[in-house]
Amino acid sequence: MPGQRRHTYWVYLVPGLALLTLVVLVPLVWNVYLTFTSYRGIRPPEFVGLDNWVELAGDTVFWTSFRNSVAMVVAMVVVPTGLGLVLAAMLFDLVGKKFGGRVASFLRATYYLPQILPGVIAAIVIGWILRPQNGALNTVLGAVGLDALQANWLGDPRTALPSIMVVLVWVQIGYPVVIFMAALQRVDPELYEAAELDGAGWFQRFRAITVSIIRPEIFVVVLTCAIAALKVFGPVYALTGGGPGTSTIVPAYYAYSEFFQSQQVGYGATIATALTVVIAVLAVAFVLVQARLERAEEQGR
Amino acid sequence: MTAQPTTAPGTLVPAQGGPPRERTPAPRRRARRTVGDWATLALAVAVGALIAVPFLLILVNSFKSPADYSTGGPLSLPSALYTDGIVAFWERVDFPQKLWNSFVISGLVAVFAVTLSVLNAFALGIGRIKGRTWVVLLILLANMLPQEVLLYPLYFMFKEVGLYNSIWSVVIIFTVIQSAFGTYLLASVYGTFPKEMLEAAALDGASRLQILLRVVVPISRPTLSVLLIFFFIWTWNEFLIPLTFLVSNDVQTVPVAVTVLQGDRLMDVTTTSASALLGLLPTLVFFLVFQRTLTRGITAGAVK
Repeated sequence: MPGQRRHTYWVYLVPGLALLTLVVLVPLVWNVYLTFTSYRGIRPPEFVGLDNWVELAGDTVFWTSFRNSVAMVVAMVVVPTGLGLVLAAMLFDLVGKKFGGRVASFLRATYYLPQILPGVIAAIVIGWILRPQNGALNTVLGAVGLDALQANWLGDPRTALPSIMVVLVWVQIGYPVVIFMAALQRVDPELYEAAELDGAGWFQRFRAITVSIIRPEIFVVVLTCAIAALKVFGPVYALTGGGPGTSTIVPAYYAYSEFFQSQQVGYGATIATALTVVIAVLAVAFVLVQARLERAEEQGR
Repeated sequence: MTAQPTTAPGTLVPAQGGPPRERTPAPRRRARRTVGDWATLALAVAVGALIAVPFLLILVNSFKSPADYSTGGPLSLPSALYTDGIVAFWERVDFPQKLWNSFVISGLVAVFAVTLSVLNAFALGIGRIKGRTWVVLLILLANMLPQEVLLYPLYFMFKEVGLYNSIWSVVIIFTVIQSAFGTYLLASVYGTFPKEMLEAAALDGASRLQILLRVVVPISRPTLSVLLIFFFIWTWNEFLIPLTFLVSNDVQTVPVAVTVLQGDRLMDVTTTSASALLGLLPTLVFFLVFQRTLTRGITAGAVK
């Protein structure tokens, strides 16, 4: 059967590609067109050439939003991947072996809990804890005599961004733990035993065996989380609306507010397109680096 | 998301829930627990507790009266069981309606997106049509793009055809977005489908459609059920597009309804807590019911 009129399989792609064209490709092209127009949503778009792009290059809010994206990458990629590695290794290597798989599974499920919440609900939960008046965090700080540390966590430009970052770490941490724990099942236990006999400490084993064997999963986690970090919208919308000032604005929220609050559709489209370009470049670069590393490793053997 | 092939989930991932690795039951080891082991366990439990604290706080405070809250603060247990906050929020947003909307949207998207993924993956993974890598990449675009890029053109398009402010706009959009991931995953699963089985069916005179429905779909049912649950929960949690396209009360989803009320001055602090509780409860129940399938699916999706 394979080989026999292979081209007729294309029929099965027709609904998928038709819908993709309608929902993704046409809007994408349309969006790029809008970046060359001044469009306020009422009168027809007016062609203005590169004006939006020139404005974008000199727009300090835009650059602030990208600087905040770096903070989001720290909160959603760097910290969860690092912590997730240690937690997964801890659960798998020590807790699972010494205290049984059920204990490890239960803890893993607990870590994963914030991941299943709608992002905005998670944000509301945390926002409620961070309320300046009678919020749980300030109450705890007061109760243990640390009144000096109490703050208007989301209302103060100095603490708003770190507060959102903490929320994102809380939301994200379960994802790498679950994936890394699954990956660890590939590791041959004899490797650990041999290393242990050779006198390697836990950290040495962690670095030399754990991290090197689950590297493919680390790559997948880093890439998917990085894309998610650049696209962050819900928590910012629900917690701070980008404020106070522009201290927590991110590109996705900036584009949204240009679309629907300022009615600057052309400019919003430009921000969104710039974000797309960044994500695409990142994804391609990442895949290339990963492929190169894999090739180097194969040759090294 | 990368364009690397994934292997069939079933072959990779052992069942969850049991001991993480049956290969090393090592009872002799379990006997030797050192102080360091207990310290590690304590640390792991402490991290779990820290992650769970917000959930417990929400639970405790949803059942407090505002007066109780102002005297006892957020950390005390309720002095009396108070359900007015939950009732008030329930009625103000017409919660059953929101639940139903979320349920219908997520359910339809899950079914449509799995169907679409199967059709795409049949052509790509089993048909191995020419240029399939590029087609997969093209389809994956739907998943990688920031949704803001689609927002305005789609807003305009759906307004033109009268689907703006209808759940169908959201159903159509997420069917395409979710099926991108489904196609990516299933295409590689189908790439490893046993050829003999397809050939045997063809010799028996089965048409291509019959092969798809009677051979391919039944055999890949475990993967399809994981995708179904994934798509349901992902769509349930979506925010930006439902917020933009579902503007009137009777079509809004749970996350949108909970969020748009946050600025409401009438919301006292315990009602806010109650709204968060009601917002997280459905996904929590769903998680508890499908925990095993979900964790299996997460690992299936990520492992190359």
